[in-house]
Amino acid sequence: MKMTGAQAVIECLKREQVQVVFGYPGGAVLTLYDELYKAKFPHVLTGHEQGAVHAADGYARATGKPGVCFATSGPGVCNMVTGIATANMDSIPLVVISGQVATPLIGRDSFQEADISGITTPITKHNYLVKNVKELPRVLKEAFYIATTGRPGPVLVDIAKDVFDTPFEFEYPEEVHLRGYQGHHVGNEADVDHAVEAIEKAKRPVILTGGGVVLSNMSDRLKHIVQQMHVPVVTTLMGKGCVPDTYDAHLGMVGMHGSYAANMAVTKCDLLVAIGARFDDRVTGDVENFAPNAQIVHFDIDKVEINKIVHADISVNGDLRWSLPLLDEKLAAHETHLADRYGEWRTFVLDMKAAHPFATRDLPDAVSPQKLFEEVQKWTDDDTIVVTDVGQHQMWAAQFFDLNKPRRFVTSGGLGTMGYGLPAALGAKLGCPKSKVVLFTGDGSIMMNCQEFATLHKYGVDVKTIVLHNNVLGMVNQWQRLFYNGHCAESLIGDNPDLTAVSASMGVPGTAVHKPEDLAKAVEALFKTEGPALLDVFIPADENVYPMVPGGKRLDQMVLGGEGK
Amino acid sequence: MMRQHLAILCDNKPGVLTHVAGLISRRAINIECINAGYTEEADVTRINIVVSVENRWELDQAVNQLAKLIDVIKVVNLDDAPFISYELAMIKVQSPTPQTREELTNIAQLFNAKIVDVQRRSLVLRLTGREDHIEALLEMLKDYDIIEIARTGQISLSRGEMAVKDM
Repeated sequence: MKMTGAQAVIECLKREQVQVVFGYPGGAVLTLYDELYKAKFPHVLTGHEQGAVHAADGYARATGKPGVCFATSGPGVCNMVTGIATANMDSIPLVVISGQVATPLIGRDSFQEADISGITTPITKHNYLVKNVKELPRVLKEAFYIATTGRPGPVLVDIAKDVFDTPFEFEYPEEVHLRGYQGHHVGNEADVDHAVEAIEKAKRPVILTGGGVVLSNMSDRLKHIVQQMHVPVVTTLMGKGCVPDTYDAHLGMVGMHGSYAANMAVTKCDLLVAIGARFDDRVTGDVENFAPNAQIVHFDIDKVEINKIVHADISVNGDLRWSLPLLDEKLAAHETHLADRYGEWRTFVLDMKAAHPFATRDLPDAVSPQKLFEEVQKWTDDDTIVVTDVGQHQMWAAQFFDLNKPRRFVTSGGLGTMGYGLPAALGAKLGCPKSKVVLFTGDGSIMMNCQEFATLHKYGVDVKTIVLHNNVLGMVNQWQRLFYNGHCAESLIGDNPDLTAVSASMGVPGTAVHKPEDLAKAVEALFKTEGPALLDVFIPADENVYPMVPGGKRLDQMVLGGEGK
Repeated sequence: MMRQHLAILCDNKPGVLTHVAGLISRRAINIECINAGYTEEADVTRINIVVSVENRWELDQAVNQLAKLIDVIKVVNLDDAPFISYELAMIKVQSPTPQTREELTNIAQLFNAKIVDVQRRSLVLRLTGREDHIEALLEMLKDYDIIEIARTGQISLSRGEMAVKDM
């Protein structure tokens, strides 16, 4: 089939069953957009390229399908760098297609030229610069394959402007041939046997779930394993939802702002089974004294993660789609026996959970973040997607909002990207139109990509935005108050514009709430509003996220706070 | 510090060396030398690197990170089995008089080095050998005025019939 490079890109997207592209046009992609126009290919024009890449990321997290975005050369795709790094840290499949200046102009500091494959090498799973149109179908096939298989991640395909114009004989490869990469990773069955032996011997086991369980769509298997062992579970931020938060032995999030019970359980357990988690420093605290009494079993698809931070006594290197079903089968033989054996330990951790729940202060004249989350919870169901920005509100969302399904908590974990939430919520809603989408954000984060309210309005995307408005960059301010002599250096943002007016000016109606007694009605009104809407909830500026493990301390050295209890 | 000799087989595509070198720098792997060249397969490049690592853990991290790159087909640590390792050096030395020329010729013979360029006031010695062999020659040449040195860094092959691609 004879076609041009631009037509080939659109054709490849169709073959890969891409439903929607997020992007922003510009000089180097004019021909590509002309083909997109002619093909009437679904495209969402965001207000900023960063919005496009985060939207593609939110779409990918919510649906499990790769997110696709377009940008022009130079400034266009440079604006996507933060979004690519965000996706890379959390292993989110993206295919970023950017225009590059024409082949004869590459390397001459041409107008809008930037070496984006060079720039993104450390923050992509792989990237390409396409200068010959004949390579285009193979490269795009590989890009989708690499992005979505193995440990997923973003792939950037930079295509020179003249490649889009060049006609050639199009043929889409059926298969991918990469000598240095295998999409499926089956490990060693004996490793699973060792894990089973360790589980059989353990008296005080804990399962630590990570984002890998979500990415591999293995939540149901894990849930089954957890239930048959009736074992205490803790989660990382990225693993939230893969074992239901309502599971009775779920101790909540572990780490810097993890629950008392989760952090103590990890400290006291004799076996820690980490599944698809990478022991981020926000999870381990003082890594030398992380899980000091435990034998550690580590399940991960990525060999690099094994022993990277924490030494694994037993490692099961392989795809969770292979290892978890195997573990499930092998454990099935021990069903009641294991659950009974952990009874005493379960009681111990559940007592801790009951004694030290998450809490924020309940002040008479102010809305408590905890109350806000409880109120919102009433208006949501199991399919609701919770999106967050980054900061205190993100931690509170992780602490207080119960989720029972995977892919229902969309948050920038590894990179911690402020400004992620609004565009990610846009993408999540477009990917899952039947789910309610609620964005929790802060008055700092929302300003970073607030232009995307216009995009919500333009496409009629029903995202409910809830701002936890404290007039400070909350997490920065918390650290300054606790560790920097109360010097609130550049963290006071009380002179920000009126957020309800900001969103209203872009077509998204907003309401503000100041008093606790108005909260319930305001939340109700928000969810009864048709289409996108914003609720600006004022909370105390000095509210802290607790528990808190100060930097470099052990998990059991967490500060509990607890003024509210 | 242990010095380890890694052989990296990778796709012969543009950008491969950037990906390998970029990874080495951002993962803070100490590198002694690196070189790349064609192999018996037209589409495969072999990159030979010598890394300095504190311990086995650091080495495993480096190997696993390198192996993760999409264009990298295989990474093998040659130190795990008997191997041979050689380097080529070219050394340009001042030889302003017939007497120095004769002395340098004698040294070259002792080291099995070749003199590959002779001019009125300079000559170039070429030596292929193990690293310590080259160092020994350089030590001897300290009594003369060295103008410049170019070295390839070591390239290594395992002993015996087995190839890296089959390991």
